[in-house]
Amino acid sequence: MSAAVDATEAAEAPGYRARRTLPLRVEAVRQLRRRRTLLMGGVLAALPFILIAAFAIGGTPSSRGGGDRLTLMDTATASAANFAATCLFVSAGFLLVVPVALFCGDTVASEASWSSLRYLLAAPVPRARLLWSKLVVALGFSLAAMVLLPLVALAAGAAAYGWGPLELPTGGALAASDTVPRLALVVAFIFVSQLVTAGLAFWLSTKTDAPLGAVGGAVGLTIVGNVLDAVTALGSWREFLPAHWQFARADALQPDLEWGGMAKGAAISVTYALILFAFAFRGFSRKDIVS
Amino acid sequence: METPIARTSRWRRPLPRKRGRWAAGLAALVVLAGAGTWTATADDGGAAVHRQDRMMRVDGVSIDTSYFATGGTQRRPAVLIGHGFGGSKNDVRAQAEQLAGAGYAVLTWSARGFGKSGGEIALNAPDREVKDVSRLIDWLADRPEVELDAKGDPRVGVTGASYGGAVSLLAAGYDKRVDAIAPQITYWNLADALFPDGVFKKLWAGIFVTTGGGCQKFEKRLCDMYERVAVSGKPDAAARALLTERSPSAVADRIKVPALIVQGQSDSLFPLGQADGMAEAISGNGAPVAVDWIAGGHDGGDLETDRVRQRIDGWFDRYLKGDKGADTGPGFRVTRTGGIDSTDGAALTRGASSDTYPGLSSGGETIDLGRRTQSFRNPAGANPPAISAVPGVGGGLSQLSSLGVGLSIDFPGQYARFDSAPLDKSLRVTGSPTARVVVDAERGDAVLFGKVYDVSPDGKQQVLPSQLVAPFRIPQSQQGKGVQLTLPAIDHQFDAGHRLRLVLSATDLGYASPAEPTTYKVTADGPLSVPTAPALKTAAATLPWWTWGLPAGAVVIAAALLFTARRRTVTPAPDPTLAGVPLQITGLSKKYARSADRYAVKELSFRVEKGQVLGLLGPNGAGKTTTLRMLMGLITPDDGEIRVFGQAIRPGAPVLSRVGSFVEGAGFLPHLSGRANLELYWQATGRPAEDAHIEEALEIAGLGEALARAVRTYSQGMRQRLAIAQAMLGMPDLLILDEPTNGLDPPQIREMRDVMIRYAAGGRTVIVSSHLLSEVEQSCTHLVVMDRGRLVQTGPVAEITGSGDMLLATSAQDIAEPLVGKVAALPGIGSAVRTDDGRGLLVRLDGATSSELIAELVRLDMPLTGVGPHRRLEDAFLTLISGGSA
Repeated sequence: MSAAVDATEAAEAPGYRARRTLPLRVEAVRQLRRRRTLLMGGVLAALPFILIAAFAIGGTPSSRGGGDRLTLMDTATASAANFAATCLFVSAGFLLVVPVALFCGDTVASEASWSSLRYLLAAPVPRARLLWSKLVVALGFSLAAMVLLPLVALAAGAAAYGWGPLELPTGGALAASDTVPRLALVVAFIFVSQLVTAGLAFWLSTKTDAPLGAVGGAVGLTIVGNVLDAVTALGSWREFLPAHWQFARADALQPDLEWGGMAKGAAISVTYALILFAFAFRGFSRKDIVS
Repeated sequence: METPIARTSRWRRPLPRKRGRWAAGLAALVVLAGAGTWTATADDGGAAVHRQDRMMRVDGVSIDTSYFATGGTQRRPAVLIGHGFGGSKNDVRAQAEQLAGAGYAVLTWSARGFGKSGGEIALNAPDREVKDVSRLIDWLADRPEVELDAKGDPRVGVTGASYGGAVSLLAAGYDKRVDAIAPQITYWNLADALFPDGVFKKLWAGIFVTTGGGCQKFEKRLCDMYERVAVSGKPDAAARALLTERSPSAVADRIKVPALIVQGQSDSLFPLGQADGMAEAISGNGAPVAVDWIAGGHDGGDLETDRVRQRIDGWFDRYLKGDKGADTGPGFRVTRTGGIDSTDGAALTRGASSDTYPGLSSGGETIDLGRRTQSFRNPAGANPPAISAVPGVGGGLSQLSSLGVGLSIDFPGQYARFDSAPLDKSLRVTGSPTARVVVDAERGDAVLFGKVYDVSPDGKQQVLPSQLVAPFRIPQSQQGKGVQLTLPAIDHQFDAGHRLRLVLSATDLGYASPAEPTTYKVTADGPLSVPTAPALKTAAATLPWWTWGLPAGAVVIAAALLFTARRRTVTPAPDPTLAGVPLQITGLSKKYARSADRYAVKELSFRVEKGQVLGLLGPNGAGKTTTLRMLMGLITPDDGEIRVFGQAIRPGAPVLSRVGSFVEGAGFLPHLSGRANLELYWQATGRPAEDAHIEEALEIAGLGEALARAVRTYSQGMRQRLAIAQAMLGMPDLLILDEPTNGLDPPQIREMRDVMIRYAAGGRTVIVSSHLLSEVEQSCTHLVVMDRGRLVQTGPVAEITGSGDMLLATSAQDIAEPLVGKVAALPGIGSAVRTDDGRGLLVRLDGATSSELIAELVRLDMPLTGVGPHRRLEDAFLTLISGGSA
């Protein structure tokens, strides 16, 4: 046994440890300076200012009188918290799906398209280790994108509309001290609910050498999920569509925090994501790298 | 005498002429008419439910019935399901089919005046609608598959909502054969429901009559009574008596069967107080009672149909089938609305329950309202009215109140209001709050509408729980002294910081109030008492099993997927005898993707020793790159083995850290500089930075200033050099270079050749693949020649090129055949062959020197134009390859 271990030791270059390959920091640096990362960050950081400009030009929603249906948009300019919540909600449906699909879908496929994937694998970075680092960094970037938006919105909103309680569209208000935890909960739920998209994108990323294919495929399938959820004839089967629960994020802003929808949505999302991630790891571990 | 005539197509057996005690002496005529259409409903999984439609005649009135049962002859309990006001038997068909599938004989019918039944609406009169039910029970008693408690006495339960719920109570009161009931959202005393405290509930009463099809559809007495009250706006004693005698409360002492009472919280027609009356009376008679307050009601909202049906199933299973294990649910359950389901906008509900029904005044707290006296006007014509519940329009209106949104209007000057101090902790009110007030009216009766609002801390929003309001008529005899007001029964959470606001309004849209203008003076004469039902416990949020089950299942599936993937790549033990051998390939085969028998590499075996510069030579498509990819662990061989320093190669095998590779072009991150690429690549290997020898590698690359530029700006050759530098990072023991000179200019090619030779000289090993002969010829010590995936030859370069020297002598004119023979016959000459163009002579020296050969050729008068070494390797290569293909 010990002889075998010795032989194994001798088999590696000095200082090589499989567990130390492709550290998260290195992978983060490799991805951080890419144009798509910077562009995504720029778009998300700019969105609050675009909305502020829109409200400035079009008049605040409340001053227009509005329709008979009260939405978060109507209270958007009530306070920084309302503004941040509005920014989150208008972008959660699509704008925040894109960074997730982009970061998770592009990460392996782009390495394949640059041919750098084979050099990493021959370094050797063990395949599971490579996927793990890439997945953690991609999810980290996705989360950062989701945190960036409300943070910028809170700061910009505080400057434009002042700091105050979060006025709920259903009536009532949340104290300013409760606001940040609630918004954090919204972000957390959006993140968890988009793990499906992440899983889909990541799996496709290990399947194709075309980064756009993986990103587009993930966004496309997410849209298909939304379309299916609109088919009411599916009845309770829709409960097993991740898209069915996407609006549960609004539950975090109900006067009484409502966990049910978010718990169910998170459960569905985590379920799909775990299986998709497992498929990604399984497929990649035995794949012939021909890129 | 009754004459049952069975002419149904399905059950031809003549009905036995047995009558229960109710039949005796009654001249009722029940005719089982018609061909009895029947249908089978396939129920999911269960036995098929058959339906028989038939008209029965009771006292000359035809009653349209449907009978539901699964096939088979085993006896089973029966259930009667009544429908709501304005409906017909068709409304309850789904529930009937469900119960029939669950093993009951189910009979539904359209009540008199509804559906296809004849007769007029008598509001569940004992001698009409209630008697109809007894006739239906008679009929059930004759069914061979219906379980009997005694002759003519079937085991039967009655359920129904609203109008049908009342008839279930009445049937239990008037017909002792009824064994269990489950009335839903119905009345206990219709007079109390329509004339609460002597105030006419005009909007609901009007809707009620209209829903019935108009006044002419009713029994004349009822129609007259309604029109009289509606015109006067004030119910009289006769009206009260008429409705009371037809109400279940009239037989309160005779309802002694287990009763599941389901009542709606959003119900301004039959409020919770009606259910309270039922529960008190029936449990007072000693029968088991369970009370369930559902979220919806006649005002709209969630009727919780599925849950209520399940409870009814459980109730009947327990008390009709006698299944002691059946779950009858808690003695009291109230549905609480927590928020909105964001997926479909429906209100989210959660149950709170206690073992026994606490009534409407259980537990209690007192909330001080001060002792102010307030005056307000009753406007002339009672107009404009305050708005609370709006029946018919409501929809889910009352549901909104649980979400903090309410549509309720009180007109200034027309109401008195008494506010509590802000609550210091939240307060859940379950039941009817009560208040003592002193009321004075300028003249006549004071008619007031009492409601308790939930007022937000800033005072801007007030919510009327369930939009409910309670009317009070305070006659002059009661004025000027304290009267107790019982406010609407609710289940509502008042949050900390909120206030309770008692409002007594002079008008309400739903009620008739005095038209004469007057002034009321109201003084709060004590605190507001609010019941809290402390025994009630809110159930934990019920999440479906899959909320935890699916992720747990996913973990199992994911683990299985990963585990089964790993098993395929069991690493063979290292071979210590090969520890010093940089590379040994044995029997290596790889098929093309999606091909059964076309091989990219087939049965390849060779070995590379330390210090060698091995040339892997072959034309394009020979399988060189595939071999190298397998060597790097990028693709998995179909067969055979690769060992590097004795270690078997697998994807990511640690021994690859001793191998540097450059295969099929460069692979860099285009947005990073050349230097950053190499640095990050080295960091990705996780090895110490000082082992990289990055400066030496960069020197070989010779990129100079360009190192700081993004790789995307590099030329092909620059990338190539950077990639070779990357392969040399860490000075690997085995360096693999695939077509390293592609894209390099001649000086760089020469330099690269020197680099390789120097590299191997240090005891390291280099493998160079190429299809260029010059490259391998000049730099390699050993050769592996491949063609079409197979090994053609392997060995030192000299061995492959042959031992003898080959010279090519070229002539100015065609060389004659005899001359070739003469040359071949010269001593020290191995062979001489004329080339294809006829002007060249290939001579293999076998002892002779080239100068001796030239001398001999000149001697033989051959017009020499040149003599030089022949590129034997090219010939050898081509020969080998053509041999391989032959």
